[in-house]
Amino acid sequence: MPADTEVQPLVEMRGITIRFPGVLALDGVDFTLRPGEVHSLMGENGAGKSTLIKALTGVYAIDAGEIVVAGERRTFSSAADAQAAGISTVYQEVNLCTNLSVGENVMLGHEVRRGAGIDWKATHAAAARHLDSLGLALDTRSMLASCSIAIQQLVAISRAMVLDAKVLILDEPTSSLDRGEVEQLFGVIRDLRDKGVAILFVSHFLEQVYEISDRITVLRNGTLVGEHPIAELPRDALVTKMIGRELEDLATIASSSHREIDRTGTPVVKATGLGRRGVLEPADLEVYEGEVVGLAGLLGSGRTELVRLLYGADRPDDGAVEVHGRPARLHQPRHAIEHRIALSSENRREEGVVADLTVAENIVLGMQARQGWLRKIPKKDQDAVVQEYIEALGVRPANPNALVGNLSGGNQQKVLLARWLATAPELLVLDEPTRGIDVGAKADIQKKVAELSAQGLAVIFISSELEEVLRLAQRVVVLRDRRKIGELDSAETDLDGLIAYIANEGEGSAA
Amino acid sequence: MAATTMARAPRGTAERKPSAVQTFLSRHGGMMPTFAAALILVLLFIGAEAFLRGDFITPRNISALLLDNAYLLVLAVGMTFVILTGGIDLSVGSVMAFTGILGAKMLGAGVPALVAVPVMLLGGAAIGLMIGILVQYFGVQPFIASLAGLFLGRGLAYIVSLSSIKVENDAVLWLQSTRIKLGDWYLTPTGIIALATVAIAAFVLHLTRFGRTIYAIGGNEQSARLMGLKVGRTKIAAYVISGSCAGLAGLILTAYSGAGYPRNGIGTELDAISAVVIGGTLLTGGRGYVVGSMIGVFVYGTIKTIINYMGAEQSWMQIIVGALLLLFIVVQRAIVARSEGRR
Repeated sequence: MPADTEVQPLVEMRGITIRFPGVLALDGVDFTLRPGEVHSLMGENGAGKSTLIKALTGVYAIDAGEIVVAGERRTFSSAADAQAAGISTVYQEVNLCTNLSVGENVMLGHEVRRGAGIDWKATHAAAARHLDSLGLALDTRSMLASCSIAIQQLVAISRAMVLDAKVLILDEPTSSLDRGEVEQLFGVIRDLRDKGVAILFVSHFLEQVYEISDRITVLRNGTLVGEHPIAELPRDALVTKMIGRELEDLATIASSSHREIDRTGTPVVKATGLGRRGVLEPADLEVYEGEVVGLAGLLGSGRTELVRLLYGADRPDDGAVEVHGRPARLHQPRHAIEHRIALSSENRREEGVVADLTVAENIVLGMQARQGWLRKIPKKDQDAVVQEYIEALGVRPANPNALVGNLSGGNQQKVLLARWLATAPELLVLDEPTRGIDVGAKADIQKKVAELSAQGLAVIFISSELEEVLRLAQRVVVLRDRRKIGELDSAETDLDGLIAYIANEGEGSAA
Repeated sequence: MAATTMARAPRGTAERKPSAVQTFLSRHGGMMPTFAAALILVLLFIGAEAFLRGDFITPRNISALLLDNAYLLVLAVGMTFVILTGGIDLSVGSVMAFTGILGAKMLGAGVPALVAVPVMLLGGAAIGLMIGILVQYFGVQPFIASLAGLFLGRGLAYIVSLSSIKVENDAVLWLQSTRIKLGDWYLTPTGIIALATVAIAAFVLHLTRFGRTIYAIGGNEQSARLMGLKVGRTKIAAYVISGSCAGLAGLILTAYSGAGYPRNGIGTELDAISAVVIGGTLLTGGRGYVVGSMIGVFVYGTIKTIINYMGAEQSWMQIIVGALLLLFIVVQRAIVARSEGRR
């Protein structure tokens, strides 16, 4: 149901420009949102989607341009301001208070009052009503902390509906939801759209964008590429517009990855019976030179736990690790780093890059760790290495002096990867390196991983996107319910085979 | 791409009905430290009763517990607001001394109590406001901002008078000397003021939007802001409340001791913080109850009484409170770690 173009726009943003130190985040972008439409904002990481949303919701001040809401020129100075004007946002990282009850999170600031105080019974009843309209039957008095992230996301959307929003902004709302939950969410979005709410939707999942959107606006490098009704923009055309070049054929990555690995020698790293009670049943893992080992399994299956035990981030209470055939005690990440093992955590914001340092400083941190902290690295060498990695990984903006905190998620991930590569590791462990980043950056990162492994680097690659695992890895280790259930040769299996294996193989006994 | 991102088992619908215990824990897990504090208080009572052969739980002793600790209770209530937002207020002890000596001096100069008492409360509120503004608008750490308040309060107290000033105002002395008796039990107006402070604070924290905003800020300040709550003014108000409570505590302490003394309340801010933490309020904010702080004050007061009874060294007081504090902080860490692990 594409909305009629003649309809009076609800939100008009004209010539929006925002500058950060060292970055022109948005350059004269126009954006129009009409009532009763789902409008997807597309672009690579760093294209300016988040910045545009934050400009609209009053989180960032705009340097130039104007925002017109319902025919009135507005300047929002805070999220509260924007909410008062009927613009509500649900962010990717759920912005609720886990120390409060579910019902309270829905109703906070809008509690039902009776006399001088809050009427909790009525408040919880109202919260239950709002949750119910999303098909959620929850105990509204239980603490939000006891709910999964997916449920918290839906609670956040319920909250936006309490505010009686005319504009609902959904920034990557589906990145931690499963299929059923996505369907539930889309049902709610369609309902709201039919009631005349204008919905701004951001997602990296192209299928979801095509399933739900009426219209697409594409941004690239902080500029507007174009606005199109969904029917007039086929997928390949969209991707081309987003990345500004023909999509590199991922098949070339796949073909370069599918080579024979010499497994006759000593593995780079060999773990035997590595486990920890209540975390992971003892599992074996070996990685050879030039090999990419994929770890596949559901969320919580023990993928992350296995590599954390290997790396020494958590202490195993069972098992032994050998590096190049010699026993190694990896009880702390420091020991792992001494043995040239690098772990890039799935939690890049908290355990990865240093947001307050520049791109160059972040990369040099890695070099410095290799050199020892007391030996100064000549500025010239630093610049050369930094430049090399910025180019090799396609970090945007290609400005070594930009603060990492101002970069998009995909580019932060690239900087993190560069930092680990600068430590010259022999085993690189990548835990969800492509989560929440766009197709272009995903392809860049996969390409780099394939290249490095072809040069002899051993890699452990974890991803929820099984296609990526199959594309990059020669061998796939499958985990389920905190247990390793088997290994597959990726040349001999396909996506369906792998899914079936994860779902069914090894019931009752370890393969 | 969505097709390959793996689906998890559907939640919420097919799960079996949780047991009553699970429901209780998922709703009230945050109350556990407060229950633990209440349990410790009961154990202390029973222990002291057994040790002193039935001479401890007497109406006189229990009544005195409230009377002797009324000022600390009021301070702890104010402190609870600040700690719930994730802050800390080190100024309360010296603000209490300042307002106490200021009040004594004014009353001594013939200023009527009807003027002197509001000035005392406003004096405390003003220092709280200063700390709040430093924290909110100048981004100063609460520790440092309230440390500045601590020195300011103490300095002002010395400016007012270097020595103790006796209070002879009838209205103020009435607060302390009046005994509302019920058998052997008694209650003084200072005790009533302290209990009323607890009741009002509990109402504000649990039944007003302002109170819930305090909890939201302590849970996640960034989220609270994005939810459109009035974070700035609420945080400042928390410090103003703490300052006002310190002013009120100054009045109670002056009535209690019959004099203002500029060296009163040195280190009392730490007693108040200890009581709040022992009562189960998380130092990082967002969890805790003002009733818990009251229990914390009673635990504190009971230990003090027991040590007096035993005629032991006062240093034991510090050691026992220190040990309890350590215990509670470890318990809190365990609870937080558990609730984070569950997600």
